[in-house]
Amino acid sequence: MIRAVLLALILAAPARAEEALPRPAGIAPGDPARGRVIVADRQRGLCLLCHAGPFPEERFQGNLAPNLAGAGSRWTEGQLRLRLVDGRRLNPATIMPSYGRTEGLHHVGRVWQGRTILGPQEIEDVVAYLTTLKE
Amino acid sequence: MRRALAALLLLALPAAAPVGAEERRSGFADMTPATQAMQRDDAANPGMLWALEGEALWLAPVGRAAKACAACHGDAAASMRGVAARYPAMDDATGQAVDLAGRIALCQVRHQQADPAPRESQPALALAAYVGLQSRGLPITPAEDSRMATLRAAGEALYRERRGQLDLSCAQCHDDNAGRRLAGSVIPQGHPTGYPIYRLEWQAVGSLQRRLRGCMTGVRSEPYAYGAPEYIAIEAFLMGRAAGMAVETPAVRP
Ligand code: HEC
Ligand code: HEC
Repeated sequence: MIRAVLLALILAAPARAEEALPRPAGIAPGDPARGRVIVADRQRGLCLLCHAGPFPEERFQGNLAPNLAGAGSRWTEGQLRLRLVDGRRLNPATIMPSYGRTEGLHHVGRVWQGRTILGPQEIEDVVAYLTTLKE
Repeated sequence: MRRALAALLLLALPAAAPVGAEERRSGFADMTPATQAMQRDDAANPGMLWALEGEALWLAPVGRAAKACAACHGDAAASMRGVAARYPAMDDATGQAVDLAGRIALCQVRHQQADPAPRESQPALALAAYVGLQSRGLPITPAEDSRMATLRAAGEALYRERRGQLDLSCAQCHDDNAGRRLAGSVIPQGHPTGYPIYRLEWQAVGSLQRRLRGCMTGVRSEPYAYGAPEYIAIEAFLMGRAAGMAVETPAVRP
């Protein structure tokens, strides 16, 4: 039974990778330059806590996650958006925080309650930046 | 449907194995040689200043009872040897578990008839550092009490619960990603072997609860108030996880 389920999952894997999110209505296309600033900012994007990336000027970059270089070759804009907004939909066990989700969180600090890590326009900027990271 | 199956499969996997006894590593092992030398050398370890102050407090009669700790316990080197290695422990009078700082505060109230030193105050940290020092080098030996087993299980649940705006559990960093780099810091396995510690970032000695609050606010979760039972439960779990490792109090950390 488990084996059959596993097989089904393996066969289904390419279909799952296709999952993507469209740009939300009312949100302007992102600005890659602003996106780069957010990704490098340890209080806003927090990305470099876990990821390394093409940021020669940034000294301390994490190694808990894949290098961001080439992310724009590996994923479409819609797939990148989904990974930022709520990567849990693809991998419920991922440590990558959901930047656009407020539901299902516990013991959130008072100042952060009801707020997403990044706003929808900031997410759009980060997505626009990531699409420029071609290998 | 597919997603439901995937979730089922994930749940069916055995829970992540606890950090094995052989591979356990104190945060000490991840420090630079200079910081390690600072901890090793009592003349250079700033935590020893707190322990020295604790020794003076140990000998000072206080409270309406006008008794020193030493009046009841005598020489700490003998009577306090191994004590810190087995805390948190049950307080039989209340049926509640207490950490070492809580036990010291209970002695101040019950036996010295004094006001307890507030958590994280200089005298509270100094006494805890002095009592902890008497166990330095001894293996952590959690009590076998069944009530403590229940508490450790509650602590483990807190340790595995995802929390905060970043939605991360302690286990995701300290079990699954220990040894990797979170920006500039190597993530330690999170063993409570050295508390209270002198932390270079704090420029002071602080308790395990202060350290846990740091990790909690780091994932943007609401820390519990000092002394909260949740911290005692997490500490009981961490001490069980570190059983057999040597006490390092007062340790130094970056
Ligand atoms: C706490 C850790 C953490 C943080 C913070 C984090 N990520 Fe990730 N990210 C991961 C991990 C781990 C993966 C690997 C995929 C998985 O776990 O499902 C990942 C995957 C990705 C991927 C797909 C990688 C690939 O090329 O296959 C992209 C793109 C990405 N992250 C971008 C970002 C950006 C941009 C930010 C900040 C706005 C960010 N991440 C913040 C941990 C993190
Ligand atoms: C996002 C990663 C992360 C999470 C989540 C996290 N920690 Fe930590 N923890 C660290 C890092 C990194 C350090 C090392 C000190 C530093 O640089 O802040 C640390 C240090 C510690 C230490 C000190 C170890 C020593 O050698 O003195 C303990 C104990 C600890 N954490 C326990 C916990 C507990 C319990 C939780 C959950 C409530 C938790 N941590 C959540 C990253 C994390």
